[in-house]
Amino acid sequence: MLTLENVFVNYGAIEALTGISMHVEQGEVVTLIGANGAGKTTTLRTITGLLEPRQGRIIYEGEDIGGRPTHKLVARGISMSPEGRGVFANLSVRENLQMGAYLIKDRGKVAADMDRAFKMFPRLKERESQKAGTLSGGEQQMLAMGRALMSNPRLLLLDEPSLGLAPLVVHTIFEAIDEIRGKGTTILLVEQNAHAALSHSDRAYVLETGRIVMEGPSKELAADPRIKEAYLGE
Amino acid sequence: MLMPRYLRNLIIALVVIGVLYGLDFVFQGRMMNPYFSRILMLSGIAITLAVSLNLINGFTGQFSIGHAGFMAVGAYSSAYFSVSYGASLAETLGGGTLGWAVALGAATLIGAVAAGLAGLVVGVPSLRLKGDYLAIVTLGFGQIIVVFLNNIEAVGGARGYSGIPIVKSFFWIFLIAIVTIVVVYNIVNSAFGRALISIREDELAAEAMGVNTTRYKVMAFVISSAMAGAGGVLLAHFDGYLNPKSFEFIKSFEILIMIILGGLGSIVGSILGAILLTVLPEALRGFAQYRMVIYSLLLIILMITRPQGLLGKTEAFKGWRARRRAKTRTETEEITAEDTRDQESVEKATLGERQSETSLGEEKPR
Repeated sequence: MLTLENVFVNYGAIEALTGISMHVEQGEVVTLIGANGAGKTTTLRTITGLLEPRQGRIIYEGEDIGGRPTHKLVARGISMSPEGRGVFANLSVRENLQMGAYLIKDRGKVAADMDRAFKMFPRLKERESQKAGTLSGGEQQMLAMGRALMSNPRLLLLDEPSLGLAPLVVHTIFEAIDEIRGKGTTILLVEQNAHAALSHSDRAYVLETGRIVMEGPSKELAADPRIKEAYLGE
Repeated sequence: MLMPRYLRNLIIALVVIGVLYGLDFVFQGRMMNPYFSRILMLSGIAITLAVSLNLINGFTGQFSIGHAGFMAVGAYSSAYFSVSYGASLAETLGGGTLGWAVALGAATLIGAVAAGLAGLVVGVPSLRLKGDYLAIVTLGFGQIIVVFLNNIEAVGGARGYSGIPIVKSFFWIFLIAIVTIVVVYNIVNSAFGRALISIREDELAAEAMGVNTTRYKVMAFVISSAMAGAGGVLLAHFDGYLNPKSFEFIKSFEILIMIILGGLGSIVGSILGAILLTVLPEALRGFAQYRMVIYSLLLIILMITRPQGLLGKTEAFKGWRARRRAKTRTETEEITAEDTRDQESVEKATLGERQSETSLGEEKPR
């Protein structure tokens, strides 16, 4: 579904990604783990067209999308829940969700999708007319994910959904990820929380200073002594 | 309520025009002190400028500080048209009120279009970037326009441009102001407007929702500039004299202060700010040489006590609007939903809709 072939990305003279190759297949949950500054967010930003690769190709459903403007990719079925959630603080929860369905003109469909989002996150239903800026961090994350789903993506990109959340809320977020996968949406998950990410994904890539150092089924990686030491703190 | 929407809007428009026309007699004639009527009309022009600037600064979150430049483009282009062709156009149409009204309408259109084009030229390169580039570019644009005008002999250069037909019309000024308010209000409450607000809130996230942010920012900027141009047209014909000096950056800042004082992102706030900042310096005339000191102090005190502006982001009429929208929405929802979904989910959805909207309406009074 999505393939990165030897992608290089620079921030000016600084090399952020040095030849990344990875792939995500239909129906999979793939996670990208790594420490701060390893290039996880850069990878996502490159996929979504916010950054342009210096070299290499990004192929989505058989087409090179490298450097395509972000807003065009939404129509092609890629949706992102950005790092730091990026909810529209002065819009209500409902309006935020409506923005997620910005490209969908069928009002009946939008209403049905909104029901679905509320079913997945009942907390959002309770806070429907509240301004998004007044929500707790966990609720904002739920909103960011619910909003990303409103465009009915085939590929959902999640950037650090568990960042700065209480353990109980992290649990809820990962349950939601399982639920989204259960409905057939492919997910690329970027996470610092390697433990949770590995136990809720099929395959994983480990990123270190701009290159992929390990890859494999999540179960195997979780059992690997090097991963255990570096990322799981065992 | 039962008549079609366009008919109702038409009736409202006719009533507004009628009322304005009636008030025009009151303020135009000798029934009112000319000094007061002058301040009133200047407030009307200020409202046009402030509300239009609020569209780009307050709602879209793009910091423009060159509004006076666009005003100047509108003012000078329309003035040039009026001086060169205004009288002859009015003559060929019979020379009466109607002839002048058409000439004036044409001048307004020309000023707005010219300023809108200037907005496009400035906006396209600077709005492609995210961040504060627009502020720098618009500041520069404002300065360049003044330099240009100082050196174009055809419009009087630094001496100023005189001989513009004078039209001190309450009707015209407030018609433009009301049109500006209605246009901005409708934009802000449309899907386009929500996209603009989402750009202000988080540009990256807006982009990730599928909003073509560059295009939307440029559209908002062009509309805002065109309306500033219309404000310039009003000013050009108000005293019949224009001077490049009156369009220097201090004028841009004055409009900026109006919207910040009133509340960025509030139309009613902009209107209040515009009136306040036009009336205040006049009201303080009694203090003679201390006038500007007191004026500045008042502004500082206001900003310290209410940093979000007089109205913040709230609109005085939002509750009423939300209730009305809730009603029409549930009605259309029922019709469109019936053929796409089964009856049960329709009922659920519309019920949810109603509950949410009533709570939205109740939440309002602050």
